[in-house]
Amino acid sequence: MTSSSILQSGGISMSFGAYKVLDDISLNIAKGEIVGILGPNGAGKTTYMNLLTGALRPTGGQVFLMGEDVTRLDTAERCHRGLARTHQVPKPFLHMTVFENVLVAVHHGRAVQPANPVMEAWMVLKETGLAHAANRTAETLGLLDRKRLELSRALATDPKVLLLDEIGGGLTEAEGDALVALVKSIHARGVTIIWIEHIMRLLMETCTRLVCMAEGRVLADGTPEQVVEAPEVQTAYFGAAA
Amino acid sequence: MSTPSLTITRSGPTAHVTMTLLAIAAVAIAVIPFVLGVAGSGRAVALLVYILLALMWNALAGFAGLVSIGQTLFFGFAAYTTIRLSDAGLDPFLAILASIGIGAALGWVTSLFMLSLKDGEFAIGMWVLSSLAHLCVNLDPLIQGETGISLIQMNAYALETRSALILWLALAVTIAVIAAMLLLLRSRTGAAITAIRDDELGARSIGVDVLRTKRIVFVLAAAGTAAAGALWLASASNFQPRAFFGVQWTAYMLFMVLVGGLGRIEGAIIGAVLFFAIETWFGAYGAWYLVGLGAIAVLFALLLPKGLWGWIGPRLPGEAIPTGYIIEKSDI
Ligand SMILES: Nc1ncnc2c1ncn2[C@@H]1O[C@H](COP(=O)(O)OP(=O)(O)OP(=O)(O)O)[C@@H](O)[C@H]1O
Ligand SMILES: [Mg+2]
Repeated sequence: MTSSSILQSGGISMSFGAYKVLDDISLNIAKGEIVGILGPNGAGKTTYMNLLTGALRPTGGQVFLMGEDVTRLDTAERCHRGLARTHQVPKPFLHMTVFENVLVAVHHGRAVQPANPVMEAWMVLKETGLAHAANRTAETLGLLDRKRLELSRALATDPKVLLLDEIGGGLTEAEGDALVALVKSIHARGVTIIWIEHIMRLLMETCTRLVCMAEGRVLADGTPEQVVEAPEVQTAYFGAAA
Repeated sequence: MSTPSLTITRSGPTAHVTMTLLAIAAVAIAVIPFVLGVAGSGRAVALLVYILLALMWNALAGFAGLVSIGQTLFFGFAAYTTIRLSDAGLDPFLAILASIGIGAALGWVTSLFMLSLKDGEFAIGMWVLSSLAHLCVNLDPLIQGETGISLIQMNAYALETRSALILWLALAVTIAVIAAMLLLLRSRTGAAITAIRDDELGARSIGVDVLRTKRIVFVLAAAGTAAAGALWLASASNFQPRAFFGVQWTAYMLFMVLVGGLGRIEGAIIGAVLFFAIETWFGAYGAWYLVGLGAIAVLFALLLPKGLWGWIGPRLPGEAIPTGYIIEKSDI
């Protein structure tokens, strides 16, 4: 493990019964990276994220956050230590307003309480562009806004490492550009980002590194250009998609 | 640079009307001993006990997602400790208060091993604990098995005095429980409780300590249900274990909360009032009364699955019992 490693998985595996979904994944994420993860449906990307956050316990291997073994810590504790995520299928608190959804995250997601939680929550909504919907209950939001709410809640925990799971689907060209700008500005504050996404152009415009997964393994890992051109990736990913 | 400002409000006209109505109801209940006498006071205590039970079962199931079919553990055990402490020489009113504290302590101890159980296991586990407590209580020679025992120490007070005192104590406890629920739900922890109600995994992901939060609700529900048990004993004055640990109480709690509206304080209160009215008018019909209750519960499940409040609430201009935040204006 290098000294700059902020999140690391050591030989992590996951099986559901006899079905092995992830096989011995070792990745080392350095502080300050924006790592894109791509791969066909069912590759195990979301499962990998679930193992990193503690939503699932791995059947083998370890997770390190800032050099500490957090494999046995639950999701909430990892969140307090600075690891936040969005869910591919949003999990809004349906009967709370957008503002309250974010405020709970400010109140409970941080290791240190801010002086003015209400203001912090508001600033997050301003940043993600959901402020106009602050008083609406989450159940009235469409899918795109629910994804924005996922991102807002994750940001409200003031993360050091942010895991994004498919927040870019269904966006227009302009909305995609805005999302790229938003992720870059979050990154500019010093947040390390891992972004699972199917929309290639979003990853290509944003990431400093790409990882391609397929069938529970890492196929390629490198700069975006290297990974896209790797022959394994061409067949497994683009071949399968075409 | 001027400080940017953000105005939020946490209450509105609908809430003010509700609070006024609740205050009027409290005053009306408080004067019952002077207007309706001993019998009226007894019925009012019953209403308050139902409200307590519904509020507490709703807090558990509706907010913390903890469906218990054994809250009679706290209800029955508090009645028992009231008898025990009074027999040991404590004033019966102090015994009631002490039993509420014991109920909270029992809740805390129980939570240490019960909250790690899965849904079904938890529900049945609570029933097992309640049955166990029932058996243990029956082992105490003071209780004389199912024959039971009276809270004779209450006789130190004249009938009119004690029936009024019991009602006022019940009223004070109910107000305290509603106030505690309101303060809790409006607090940092309360927002976490509501979040857990809506999506437990989502709550974990943003750092909510789900176990701790559920424990707070569980202990509050234990204390409130214990208060109901001790007050019911004081009012009935007879302790027969079966009448306190009996499964009918669980059915009543379920009925009140499901008919009133799961997950809302208003729903629990309305459900309890409705149950009280049905019991008052039809309670004398015995088995048919129970069949009728079941039929009403089924009708609600089919026609109004979100309960009475699920129908009324959205038709009001604002929250009746507000726990949230509304952004009024911002110049940021
Ligand atoms: N709880 C579970 N039980 C059994 N199988 C599961 C479970 N969760 C995921 N799987 C399986 O594991 C595999 C990987 O799923 P995962 O959701 O991690 O894929 P993914 O790469 O995120 O795909 P997508 O791009 O479609 O989101 C799939 O075959 C899925 O059916
Ligand atoms: Mg996925």
